[in-house]
Amino acid sequence: MDRNQETFIEEAKELLTDLEDALLAIENAPQDMELVGRIFRAMHTIKGSSALFGFETIASFTHKLETAFDLVREGKVSVTPELITLTLASRDQIYALLELAIKGEDPDQTLAAKGDEILRKLQGLVPAVADANCVPKKAAESKPQIGTAGQSPILYRIHFKPPDNIYLRGLDPLNLIQELGEIGDEEYVVHDDESSVRSGEEKDLCRAVYDILLLTAQPVDAIRDVFIFVEEDSVLQIDRLYDAAPFEKEKWQPLIEALRHSIDVPVSSLITLIKEPQQSQTQEKNNSTGSAPSGRHQTTQSIKVPSERLDKLVNLVGELVTVQARLTMAAATLSDPTLTQIAEEVETLISELRDNAMSIRMVPIGTTFARFRRLVRDLSLELGKEIQLVTEGEDTELDKTVIERLGDPLVHLIRNSIDHGIETPDKREAAGKPRMGTIRLSAAHSGTNVNVSISDDGIGFDIEAIRLKAVMQDLIGPDARPTEQELLNCVFLPGFSTAKEVTSVSGRGVGMDVVRRSIEELGGKIEIANNQGRGSSITLKLPLTLAIIEGLLVKVSADLFVLPLSAIKECVELPPPSTRRGSGGQLINVRGEIVPYVRLRDYFRMTAEDPAIEYVVIAEVESKRYGFAVDEILGDQQVVIKSLGRTYKDVKGISGATILGDGTVALIVDLPPLISVAERERDQLVKMETQKYK
Amino acid sequence: MGKVIMTVDDSTSVRQMVSFTLGDAGYEIVQAADGKDALDKIGDSTTVDMLITDLNMPNLDGIELIKNVRSQQRHKFIPILMLTTESQEAKKQQGKTAGASGWIVKPFSAEQLVDVVRRLLK
Repeated sequence: MDRNQETFIEEAKELLTDLEDALLAIENAPQDMELVGRIFRAMHTIKGSSALFGFETIASFTHKLETAFDLVREGKVSVTPELITLTLASRDQIYALLELAIKGEDPDQTLAAKGDEILRKLQGLVPAVADANCVPKKAAESKPQIGTAGQSPILYRIHFKPPDNIYLRGLDPLNLIQELGEIGDEEYVVHDDESSVRSGEEKDLCRAVYDILLLTAQPVDAIRDVFIFVEEDSVLQIDRLYDAAPFEKEKWQPLIEALRHSIDVPVSSLITLIKEPQQSQTQEKNNSTGSAPSGRHQTTQSIKVPSERLDKLVNLVGELVTVQARLTMAAATLSDPTLTQIAEEVETLISELRDNAMSIRMVPIGTTFARFRRLVRDLSLELGKEIQLVTEGEDTELDKTVIERLGDPLVHLIRNSIDHGIETPDKREAAGKPRMGTIRLSAAHSGTNVNVSISDDGIGFDIEAIRLKAVMQDLIGPDARPTEQELLNCVFLPGFSTAKEVTSVSGRGVGMDVVRRSIEELGGKIEIANNQGRGSSITLKLPLTLAIIEGLLVKVSADLFVLPLSAIKECVELPPPSTRRGSGGQLINVRGEIVPYVRLRDYFRMTAEDPAIEYVVIAEVESKRYGFAVDEILGDQQVVIKSLGRTYKDVKGISGATILGDGTVALIVDLPPLISVAERERDQLVKMETQKYK
Repeated sequence: MGKVIMTVDDSTSVRQMVSFTLGDAGYEIVQAADGKDALDKIGDSTTVDMLITDLNMPNLDGIELIKNVRSQQRHKFIPILMLTTESQEAKKQQGKTAGASGWIVKPFSAEQLVDVVRRLLK
């Protein structure tokens, strides 16, 4: 695939997204001609470009679609939900064709059949589609070559009266005549109408008539081709004068004289002149050759860059940040004022460069939101519900990777809202709510985080049902009195679903546990707020970027670790072993609250001798607190995350590494696996407590 | 210095194709995303020697762009090439009336484009 095709595919995908957007918007405003125009334009561009870059299947499919919307544009066909549904299906079809085109494959039978089906239905709605001709094939080979062998040249007389406005169309009759000179020998006379002195706008008009003699072996079509852009608006008459033998230019003089003498010499008298030659005179032909313009330079206003290159840039900036930290340290050690000054300047520049590089990776979340309109529309139709999607904060920017990985969890949450949250219109009415349910998708900045929330005005979570289910699954005792928040958090446990029946939409396969895991993998958090009967809202707290995190640098034995600062609440000193509570269980009392903790040196099996004093870093994850015992706390630091590569990708408890200012490597701790260890400690405590009271 | 050609198209891929093709043929290319963008750029850039424009564009379409460019003294006589499709006969006529020099029907090959541009830029 060449670079143009790649650009085309990228662009076509964007256009399809825009098309989808416009289609969903037009559903609520079928009369909006602006939207119709947008839809048409997207189709038109896809059609034109796909043909241009050799994707004929896409071109011909889109062409038919375009035909339908051309009629909509002219007001001959109105926008109906059926048309929208069908057009959306067409959009998907084009997308599928594009995907195949990327792989260089032709559509298989199923896909082709699907396309035919769509077109047949479209034809049912808009009969004119059937008449739409297929778009032309990839550009046919251009005009005939000059000097076709084996043809003897023919002499033509060309009578040409250009359109008045030829100059105002950026054309010059003399250029056309010169072009004729490229397909044969030519000579012309001009009859200029100078009877009136022209002024003002008249000056720009062309009143001249040209008589041209042309000796060429080219067919008449080649001559007409020269006049292609003006032929429809000109007087153009091409007569064959002589073809018995080449009638060289030397013999033309009498003809020229005759033509100069009168504006409309009959062809017959010219032919007579040829047959009865008179004295001729050689004329120099003024042959100017168009020189090819020189110099190669292109200017582009905006460019598209493959995201790998961007990643590379960010990576390099990360390296630079590291080196800069070393420079700063070295400068401090050497205490050379010049070096210190340079180091400071470099630091300023690099931090600016880093912000800049990061900002390139930031994309507005609105692009992701757009795809949900479709989801909401399709699903609510399928389930017989009336649901509108309201989006807010589309401009909020997030790291590209975060946005990419946010898609699936959001789809899941929105599906849940549609399937379990929003009630059927009748039920809603009975509950005194508007028939149409609302799902609100919003994004907003909050410090170094972005909060994305999905809320609906549906039925909300049924706390009692969750409680029963939790008891049934032995998650809580029958007499336990967990808080509402604790119960709500149960929905994030694997295999926990309160859906009474499995629908095609949700209630099977991946659950909320997967959603939570993906959000946590992004370094984010997930929270539920519930208003039973009135709706629920789920908030995802996401980091702005994945490439750099705020971390707490700690030391365990001789090694350095970084804990993600976002989760950390406080640090406390670990009491000496003699006062620790529990039978081997690792629990710490933090102002009356029992917090399970994990010693990093145990988890990572470090054998060095225990230090005199240990510290516990308290983190809060999913509204629960956990501790992580370390030897020493060195302070917080912005760290650039480096991948550990494929070999270490499955190592639990480590999510990456970073290089510190002095060049040492610190491992970044991945909290969830450690937390599950802590969880076991907590469970043990619960069991112990229960036994105690029995 | 080669002649300056402005390509106006809301399709990046078409703009890119035109730019690469004509850039390789030795022309200097300025890109604009729609009619309005083109007018802005013509407004502050130096004279453009030729304009290649799509007809169907947001903000300001090709026809209006042609009319506007033609009304500027220094661009009164420059060649303007329209990129059309077969289904755009009516638009093409409007374009001619507005002052377009010629048109090339999509799909076209790189050779055809260079050929037409050479003809118009004589």
